[in-house]
Amino acid sequence: MNILQFLACLLMGVSASAHADEWSLDQLMRTLAQTKVGHASFVEKKSIAMLEKPVESSGELFYTAPDRLEKRTLKPRPESMVLDRGTLTVEQKGRKHVLPLQNYPEVAAFIDSIRGTLAGDKSALERTYQLNLSGDQQAWTLLLTPIDAKMKKIVEKIRIAGIGNELRSIEIKQADGDSSLMTITQLSPP
Amino acid sequence: MSRFLQSARFAIAVWLAVLLACAVVIVRGHYTADLSAFLPRSPTSEQQFLIDQLRDGLASRLILVGIEGADPATRARISKEMAYRLRGNEAFATVNNGEDITAARDREYLFGNRYLLSPSVTPQRFTAEGLHQAIADSIEQLASPAGLLMKSLLPHDPTGEMMQLLDQMNSAGKPQIVDGAWASQDGQTALLLLQTHAAGSDTDGQQAAMQIVRDTFNEVAATSAAQLRMTGPGVFSVLSRDSIKHQVRVIFIVSSVLIALLLWAAYRYIAALVLGFLPVATGIVAGIAAVGLGFGVVHGVTLGFGTALIGEAVDYSIYLFMQAEQGEADRRDWMARVWPTMRLGVFTSVFGFAALLMSGFPGLAQLGLYSIAGLLAAAAMTRFVLPHLLPSGFKVRDVSSAGMHLAKFAAMAPRLRWLAAGLLVVAVAVLFLHRDHLWNRELAALSPVSATDQALDKRLRSGMGAPDVRYMVAVSSESWQGALQASEQVALTLQPLVEQGVLAAFESPSRYLPSEAAQQARQDSLPEPEILKQRLGAAVQGLPVKAALFEPFLEDVEAARTRLLLQRSDLEGTAMAMAVDGMLVRRGANWAALLPLSAPEHGEIDAAKVKRVLPHDVFFIDLKHESDKLYSGYLSEAIGLSLAGVGAIVALLFAALRSPRQVAAVILPLGAAVLVVTAGLALAGQQLIILHLIGMLLIVAIGSNYALFFNGTVTPRTLASLVFANAATVLGFGLLAFSTVPVLRAMGMTVAPGVVLALVFSAVFARRDDAR
Repeated sequence: MNILQFLACLLMGVSASAHADEWSLDQLMRTLAQTKVGHASFVEKKSIAMLEKPVESSGELFYTAPDRLEKRTLKPRPESMVLDRGTLTVEQKGRKHVLPLQNYPEVAAFIDSIRGTLAGDKSALERTYQLNLSGDQQAWTLLLTPIDAKMKKIVEKIRIAGIGNELRSIEIKQADGDSSLMTITQLSPP
Repeated sequence: MSRFLQSARFAIAVWLAVLLACAVVIVRGHYTADLSAFLPRSPTSEQQFLIDQLRDGLASRLILVGIEGADPATRARISKEMAYRLRGNEAFATVNNGEDITAARDREYLFGNRYLLSPSVTPQRFTAEGLHQAIADSIEQLASPAGLLMKSLLPHDPTGEMMQLLDQMNSAGKPQIVDGAWASQDGQTALLLLQTHAAGSDTDGQQAAMQIVRDTFNEVAATSAAQLRMTGPGVFSVLSRDSIKHQVRVIFIVSSVLIALLLWAAYRYIAALVLGFLPVATGIVAGIAAVGLGFGVVHGVTLGFGTALIGEAVDYSIYLFMQAEQGEADRRDWMARVWPTMRLGVFTSVFGFAALLMSGFPGLAQLGLYSIAGLLAAAAMTRFVLPHLLPSGFKVRDVSSAGMHLAKFAAMAPRLRWLAAGLLVVAVAVLFLHRDHLWNRELAALSPVSATDQALDKRLRSGMGAPDVRYMVAVSSESWQGALQASEQVALTLQPLVEQGVLAAFESPSRYLPSEAAQQARQDSLPEPEILKQRLGAAVQGLPVKAALFEPFLEDVEAARTRLLLQRSDLEGTAMAMAVDGMLVRRGANWAALLPLSAPEHGEIDAAKVKRVLPHDVFFIDLKHESDKLYSGYLSEAIGLSLAGVGAIVALLFAALRSPRQVAAVILPLGAAVLVVTAGLALAGQQLIILHLIGMLLIVAIGSNYALFFNGTVTPRTLASLVFANAATVLGFGLLAFSTVPVLRAMGMTVAPGVVLALVFSAVFARRDDAR
């Protein structure tokens, strides 16, 4: 479950030029799919009901098409999570945990959806989420709502905001009311 | 009275009485085909651990099931349905296929008992500073990717004990899940891991369990294209027993028929054929009975060996019938003339095998006893009973003419002396060149399990991602609690090795069920409710949480503080129960804790480094090394004993022949035969195992008859009988060479060519004056 949050963070600023006349879901997907390599910094704020103030973490994100994603947290303490194909490797306090995604079907479904986004694979995304695009090319918002009942128990919705071909923020609203907001800043030019 | 003692009736009566007694022993005897024949009679402590593990250790009870063919979804369905049915079967203690059957119960056990289980529960941890630090850590964790899992636990477990426990448990690799059930890494095989109630050494129990698995599979997978595969130590025992049983039966029947045909060709007389087999039967019966009496249990390999002995025992009647074919007077003459030579031959064999009785290797000692009893019984029967059983007018076909032909060859044989000497030199040279890898010192070389089955085992195991249990640390105590406590001490000394990377991880029973002392100490670390509440209030100062959030924590600590300590019965229904039972085992009056070690990735464990940190009463055991050392010890011992046997034979020959020259004349052809056969095996790329050595001893034992006969006057009839006897022996042992059971094959491929060479060399090296 913990991974879900992280995975949402993996959706990040990627860019490619798109000269479409009409802004549609298909075009957003096509645009995102053209990005092969990405590098961004992030700041993540988690609002948890039982804590009096949100907890904050920050670090960097790396993406290599089509299926390698890394979230490297630098603060408050160094940690890393690498998703490479079907395996998720988590390194914390010098300990390494390898999780085959096949053993965590909900997480896998979640990841496949994110991969679907990054790879511009709309049909993969639609297996798990109902997709809703609003705004225009300059300021768009993609709303993902889980279809599956099991997923619904964990995530209420995911809101991804972007400007043009860059992802700017990922907001996850959990079923229990807690939420997280990750703000993304592009580091290296595409 | 004395006349009666010498009478035919008396001899026959004694013989029948002995047969009857033997039959009773045989019928009431126990037979086995497991590893017991290969395990030492007086083991060291390390060996005892090895033996216990092999006999009824946790690993010995595992059956690994693979489902192949069909499509992934079908395989997973079969796996789940089989698991469902097998879980309801009493033959199995646990059935695991990756389905979360016990997971909820496991979590409940860990969470409910976390303050008694977690090693970080100390008095320091529950001071205001300790709590502050622990809660601050937990809050930091909330921000991390692991945060979600932490969140719901925080009010109950602000010090993060549950995460600690989970972290410890997750060290073992597990197979991946495909469609809800375990599958191999390549996804082509669905996997189930079964633990039987029957011990690994209970071959019948294992066989019954295998049959249940097979039946269940057939019911569940009837319409699919899926195939069932099974492996595991118990499965191996069953397969080896089956193959030994089957092969012993086939070899026994085929060699009996072939020898019968041979004898028919020689005698053309049905009575002679039947009577000729009587000494053989007597020998076999006496041999089995002697082993049954001497060892309590008769091993299948011993029985297999017995079939080969037909080839030798049949010689005795051949000598009697062929050399004394001219009726009763002739036979009396045979008694006076031939019997002493044959008797010396029999004693030569007995002396050779007597050395094996001393072996610490029960399999070898059994072979020794079997041979001695069998040969003595067969020879005695031939001498004292058989002549009385012959019908009047008993006469086999005259083989003199055939003997005359043979005599011509035999007369020419000594001309080949230089050729034989040259062959001998070549053999010695070959052996010298191969001296470093002449012997196979691995116990696995004796395994009757076929290469195909071993490959399957390896494939399924690696698919499981579970390496063999090879390394472990063992510690004994007089009590169960004592063993648990000892395992906690050992765990403390091993932990630094994990941090240094000498070990990847280790398991300990105390992880799942701490000793009462450790539980008590943890309980004592927990403050009383008022004090804890006070400290908690101080601890949350400066943290973004309110003390009120941790009300559940206060309740849980108080419950843990005042509860009864955990017992083995609390583990019931969890996957950890099996783990604890496997790691805490009874050894005689004592209990032993076994802590399996995992080697670092792509490496072996540096035994010296582990041993250095362990106290002297704690054993580090490398099961593979231990078993190879065991076998290597047997081999060295067997070589020593065989040499002692040869020494005894030489001494016997000296005592009987009283002439160094004559002794040399007997020894030379036998030694030459052994050397040439061994060189031949080496050239063929055969690494020698312990049973090749026994084969060599057999060459000496059987060949000594030939050499002794050639040492005296060789009549054409004697010569014919020797050739027939030789052919019968080759048939008896030759068939063993086609066995797939390595111990039987090794003996067959040594003895069959060896006895032929022994006969030829006996002729070649016969003293010139007798070889006219």
